[in-house]
Amino acid sequence: MGTEAAAERLNFSSAAAVAQGLEGVGYLADPATPAVVWLGQRLGKPVLVEGPAGTGKTELAKAVAAMSGARLIRLQCYEGLDEAKALYEWNYKRQLLRIQAGRSQAGRSQAGGSQAGGSQAGRSQAGRSQAGGEGWADLEEDIFSEEFLLARPLLEAIRATDPVVLLIDEVDRVEVETEALLLEVLSDYQVSIPELGTMRSTQVPLVFLTSNNTRELSEALKRRCLYLHIDYPDIERERRIVKARVPGIANELAEQVARVVASLRTLDLHKHPSISETIDWARTLVLLGTDSIDAEVVRDSLHILLKYRADIARATKELALP
Amino acid sequence: MLDLLSEFIGALRDAGLAVSLSEAVDAAEAVSQIGIEDRALFKAVLGATLVKSYAYWDTFDLVFETYFALRGPEFDIEGRDANPPASESLGSGHHNGRCGLSHQELNELLYQALLAGDALTVSSLARAAVSMFAGMEAGRPVGGTYYLFRTLRQVDLDGLAERMMVTARSAGDGPLPALDERLAADEHRSRLDHLRHEIEAEIRRRLVGDRGPEAVARTLRKPMPEDVDFMHASRDELAALRRAIYPLTRKLASCLARRRRHGRHGPLDFRATVRHSLSYGGVPVEPHFRRPTPSKPEIMVIADISGSVAAFARFTLQLVYAISSQFSRVRSFVFVDGIDEVTALFEGSDDVGEALASVNANAEVIWVDGHSNYGHALQVFWDRWGPEVSARTNVIILGDARNNYHSSSAWVVATLRTQAKHVWWLNPEPRSYWDTGDSIASEYAAACDGAFECRNLRQLERFVEQLA
Repeated sequence: MGTEAAAERLNFSSAAAVAQGLEGVGYLADPATPAVVWLGQRLGKPVLVEGPAGTGKTELAKAVAAMSGARLIRLQCYEGLDEAKALYEWNYKRQLLRIQAGRSQAGRSQAGGSQAGGSQAGRSQAGRSQAGGEGWADLEEDIFSEEFLLARPLLEAIRATDPVVLLIDEVDRVEVETEALLLEVLSDYQVSIPELGTMRSTQVPLVFLTSNNTRELSEALKRRCLYLHIDYPDIERERRIVKARVPGIANELAEQVARVVASLRTLDLHKHPSISETIDWARTLVLLGTDSIDAEVVRDSLHILLKYRADIARATKELALP
Repeated sequence: MLDLLSEFIGALRDAGLAVSLSEAVDAAEAVSQIGIEDRALFKAVLGATLVKSYAYWDTFDLVFETYFALRGPEFDIEGRDANPPASESLGSGHHNGRCGLSHQELNELLYQALLAGDALTVSSLARAAVSMFAGMEAGRPVGGTYYLFRTLRQVDLDGLAERMMVTARSAGDGPLPALDERLAADEHRSRLDHLRHEIEAEIRRRLVGDRGPEAVARTLRKPMPEDVDFMHASRDELAALRRAIYPLTRKLASCLARRRRHGRHGPLDFRATVRHSLSYGGVPVEPHFRRPTPSKPEIMVIADISGSVAAFARFTLQLVYAISSQFSRVRSFVFVDGIDEVTALFEGSDDVGEALASVNANAEVIWVDGHSNYGHALQVFWDRWGPEVSARTNVIILGDARNNYHSSSAWVVATLRTQAKHVWWLNPEPRSYWDTGDSIASEYAAACDGAFECRNLRQLERFVEQLA
């Protein structure tokens, strides 16, 4: 029943509907984005989102989850991420406890039955191996059951019965070898656990992968994904984003903010101002009660937009700030 | 539809994109879902399924625009339909790309549209401008750039920019503050870029109409930035290279840093293993290993910066400095016929590009006549810095080994080799040109640990990667 509902809810009727839905939750997408999201849902394929930092890649997954009322499951990638953190892990400690509990039970029953104290050690040794022989299959079945399984994000997304959006964030941070972990999940939506067998998803979750492009992802991964490149917005769209995200900002101010930022992005900087930095800047200006931007205002608040000393120096020179 | 799609994919492959079979299947499935009515959607969908790297996006764009140039409803090749819906709002009833407007009127309309930032009108006017100014004739064997030049000469982008600035200045009272002026200029420039792009697209459409997509795609084919030859790059290509090298260096740096940290396991760390075994009741479940600490090599770059190979030296130095954290020390020397150390110039600035620019002004590389003299440069290097080359030093020599028939001093390279860890020679010329004319590449190559042909970014990247 849950899956029925999921199938229904994560079903976008058209690219235009996606665009509308995204706008409804305050995410103003560029023209290509809704089309790719819609297609990803239609074809049941993951969407690989690339682009400069701070253009709303992670935000896109959150917005899609919000608009469709789905749960967002997030896997933050980092160097050294392994399957124990990404897929599943056996709960060692609980398994140990379970084994010990079983052993002490068995031990107690044997100790009651035995008489001769001298041969205790030898007999207990034999008894245990015998008890182990009997109970081993049960025990193994028991400690390798779902009760002792810790589901990590990928498995959790596969097992979910409610609609989920799976976000695999900054996938370029994991090593090439670890990428292979993702392949089974991404192409077949299943996870193979040697002790339990293959777990298949009851529904196809919508998957987003984001990458800052610090390295080339493997062909195998790319082949399984749809590709979406999100770039910095143009002046008009940035103005609308600022309007939507910063309550109480005047139209003219939003326009000026967008124009200054667009100009900064044409410069040759270490790091261009991101959308989130634009929004921060606009918020600051509103808080300061600024109603129009001039050179002094830009100079004094440039450090919100640019985070490198060399960048600030260059921008000051290029924009002829005092 | 399928035929069309597979033809298109064939064209993409010809243009150098690797499109796998499963991607082609995806594209076909996707297209069957959307149909072909919405051109923008169609393009987005094809892009998402077929192109998996932003570096190839421009190529895809070009192939798409050529291939589907005439397959949209709104594009009619004949000039008579050059006024699409948008231009109807321009008033004065019926006007037509060819006869309705005079030269001045068209430019005036264009100027108004640009000033207002009306992208749709600009596009339609660009179309009209091409039909009026380019003078395209069917079957004429000239390239698209010829028509582009003719159109742009009449449209006069610089003049338009100037007029827009004047208007922007007169809009406010008094002179415009410098900041506003800059903002206006940036905005105008982006609009003019849009106009130029529209004009190019229109010319391409007409060429396709005349000759068919295959022929046009062939003439427009450009090498990818990483395949551009350093020695023969045009100005635009060099600019593209400069843009391409920044992400490349970042990628290389993070890749190398990762490899260093995740090198193979060191020897067993007994203490840590016992310590961690305590939480499993003394059973060493997880063995721990010591982190290996591989030594960092020291690099000496000796670069020929005479005219013919300057661009190559520039890119190599940039790449080496970008990953300088992977080396214990990087020292750089530049020469033409004299040689000078420029390490200080690079260390004093955090912007490699700026440092490279200042090399020409600050380094004393001219000894007699400013023609490459490898023999003399190497000899001076040996006399002044030779003793500092140690067994941990990697020496990289950059140059085409065109020695202008001076003495070679190849013994310096041979001696360096015995003293240093490695001596490598990177030559930006294709291997088949080595030893032609005044090149003595193989004489040096014989004295080095290895000599590599390094004509483009791809080869350079491969070399630097194996270096660290």
